Amino acid sequence: MAPQAKFMTAGLGTGIALGLCLLLAKKRSNNVPLRLRSQAPDVLHGAQLMAAKTNDTTAIPGTTIFDGRMAQKGYALNKMCYSFNEAACREAFLEDEQAYCDKFGLTAEQKAAIKSRNVLELIAAGGNIYYLAKFAGIFGLDVQDVGAQQTGMSVDDFKAMLVAAGED
Amino acid sequence: MASIVGGITTSHIPAIGNAISNNLEHEPYWKPFFDGYPPVHEWLDEVRPDVAVVIYNDHGLNFFLDKIPTFAIGAAAQYENADEGWGLKSLPPFAGDPDLSWEIIESLVADEFDMTICQDMKVDHGFAVPMSLLWGQRGDIPVRAIPVEINTVQYPLPSPARCYKLGQAIGKAIRNSSSDARVVIVGTGGLSHQLDGERAGFINKEFDLMCMDKIVNDPEALTEYSILDIVRNAGAQGAELVLWLTMRGALSEKVRKVHSNYHIPISNTASGLLVLENAA
Repeated sequence: MAPQAKFMTAGLGTGIALGLCLLLAKKRSNNVPLRLRSQAPDVLHGAQLMAAKTNDTTAIPGTTIFDGRMAQKGYALNKMCYSFNEAACREAFLEDEQAYCDKFGLTAEQKAAIKSRNVLELIAAGGNIYYLAKFAGIFGLDVQDVGAQQTGMSVDDFKAMLVAAGED
Repeated sequence: MASIVGGITTSHIPAIGNAISNNLEHEPYWKPFFDGYPPVHEWLDEVRPDVAVVIYNDHGLNFFLDKIPTFAIGAAAQYENADEGWGLKSLPPFAGDPDLSWEIIESLVADEFDMTICQDMKVDHGFAVPMSLLWGQRGDIPVRAIPVEINTVQYPLPSPARCYKLGQAIGKAIRNSSSDARVVIVGTGGLSHQLDGERAGFINKEFDLMCMDKIVNDPEALTEYSILDIVRNAGAQGAELVLWLTMRGALSEKVRKVHSNYHIPISNTASGLLVLENAA
């Protein structure tokens, strides 16, 4: 299987993951509740401000806030992905993926997430999207490919959803 | 005394850089976006800035998590662009203005903004794409640049209110400097978008249009938001609104809107374009 094809199908690897993805896609098509109503500054609700002050990583659906906890958890993974700014490092990774992960001291969870090419798993393992984008870049994937994988949509459906956001 | 000729907000999405490299400006997907720029070019030709202070966020080219400054500023004669790992063509180096940089730094630190001072600073697409959109697309870049970098990677991020105040301090520093440069302030990035998580692809047109109105006429209203309020309403990377607020802080209290454009989508993002001039 070509590296790119493997990356694209990784998110759909298990029946459970597929079910979750379809559920998310269904929610998305109804446009609620993932699309939140905007609030003008003068009508901010107290509860929203309270939530903001907690810096609770679960406060915003489908969003991981990259706080100190995640930064500590993901340090080795992100450091490896940061190295992919250099072409020589991207090549070294492709030559011997296991050895490259070992060199950066990735945890077992991070190694598994790298192996599966699953972006949601990489985020759960502490990956930050800006560094993960460099990992995806190795396989020629852009942010729409990555967005499609995370939402369980086809890339065409994901792009259509973006276009639709401008039409209402 | 340097003068501020106005401010611009512009998207900095990497895909735009690719579109420029591949001459796709007139393709149906890209045309509504690029059609927003000729009036900006006309305005720039009219006001002729010598210096661009470019407010942007580094996306993991110059800064890694080992050391993340909240606010950083360039003090170099030249800034290199480089490979970011996913195929965007690197651009030639950008000329700086170290004398004006140091005057701004002196003033900012005196005003209690403890900047990270960078004499060697690679600038990523967040800086380079706007430079291409405003000037590079049309030939040689006629301005010297001063990059101001704000952390939007590692939480806690600086608040919208703090960034607005930084912008006010930058404006004061420029106006009080000994340079006779004509300066344009560029706020890059935005508007609503989210790259990561199950909510990837989130765009909020209503919120964006409200921000595009408030940033002109009532920017302080936007400073009442927390970062998480903005993330909730504009997506994870919608936090880049703080870069716009920094730009706006450097302008006068009242501004005149010269031009605006709003388009969905470019890549995963809603793109907002504004040209603002200080009002008397």
